[in-house]
Amino acid sequence: MINSKYFFQGFKSVKSFDSPAFALGASFIAIGALLKDIGFNLEQSIFSTFLTYALPGSLVMAESFLVGASLINIFLAVWLVNARLYPMTVSLMPLLLHKSQPRWKYYLSCHFIAVSAWLIMKSNYQSIEKKYRIDFWMGIGTGTWSIAIVSTIIGFLVSDYLNKDMMIGLAIVNPVYFACMMVGAMKSLQINLSIILGAILGPLFFFVSPEWSILYGGVLAGTLAYFVGEFK
Amino acid sequence: MSEMSSNIILVILVTSFATYLSRFLGVVSSEKIDAKSKIFRWFNCLAYSTLAALIARMIVFPVGALSEVDYLIRFIVILLSILIFYFTRKNVVYPTVFSAIILTFLKGYF
Repeated sequence: MINSKYFFQGFKSVKSFDSPAFALGASFIAIGALLKDIGFNLEQSIFSTFLTYALPGSLVMAESFLVGASLINIFLAVWLVNARLYPMTVSLMPLLLHKSQPRWKYYLSCHFIAVSAWLIMKSNYQSIEKKYRIDFWMGIGTGTWSIAIVSTIIGFLVSDYLNKDMMIGLAIVNPVYFACMMVGAMKSLQINLSIILGAILGPLFFFVSPEWSILYGGVLAGTLAYFVGEFK
Repeated sequence: MSEMSSNIILVILVTSFATYLSRFLGVVSSEKIDAKSKIFRWFNCLAYSTLAALIARMIVFPVGALSEVDYLIRFIVILLSILIFYFTRKNVVYPTVFSAIILTFLKGYF
């Protein structure tokens, strides 16, 4: 069903020296502490990371919950901030698709699509035989997802001992990790332009519409980068 | 179950549905897309650009604890971290560890 050799190879890749374990752990410790602060109990905090597993969406959910937003508003705010998962999935799954593999693996393991696992897979897929890439991916996803869940528990349990400075220190780790991984991924004109234009246009569109800024800025930047790269 | 507790569970379910929806639709769309096609390359650009837009927004317009730090300090920390990333042959552990230390140091002085 799942090839254990490739699954564990993927699972172990989160242990490598340049793995996201530290950044991911620090970020979800902060989430665990935040969820406790806004009134979640331990089970609810675990349930939240278990089912959502997307950091920016969890932050938006916590903020919206705190101000008493309606369920529809929470849905829209989370969907908009997590809409990047759609192009991320479309740009990953065709690399993993193999006719001998059952479809349930793809529909189940798409839950693991998040920045950390996605970037690891994008930089490693060529070294894995295509038939077993989905098993390797499930290993990476299970590894990063487990780190997120365990870190949420740790964050919830130690939240009383975390002062404001510590929370700020934890909060910077995630954007720094993401920024370094993105800079490390800049290996072709199209990708370089996508990243540079996205980083400029995303915040610029915030002045037009804070909710839609990631989508507007991202789609415009990615499309411009695509056409420049294609016609170069 | 108290009203507060059932509210929280509803919020979690709505959040996870809103998140899974994009992933699910992504898999549905992927079934027909060839990894060597132009549309795949376009989606690849969109994935990197929306991620870059999100990361830039997290740094420029942060929510939560990071919003209490001056924007100049946030930029300095990010730039120093990227420099450390290059000097350590693209290792991500050093810049992530040092970023928290640099931030605490700078925040104490400015």
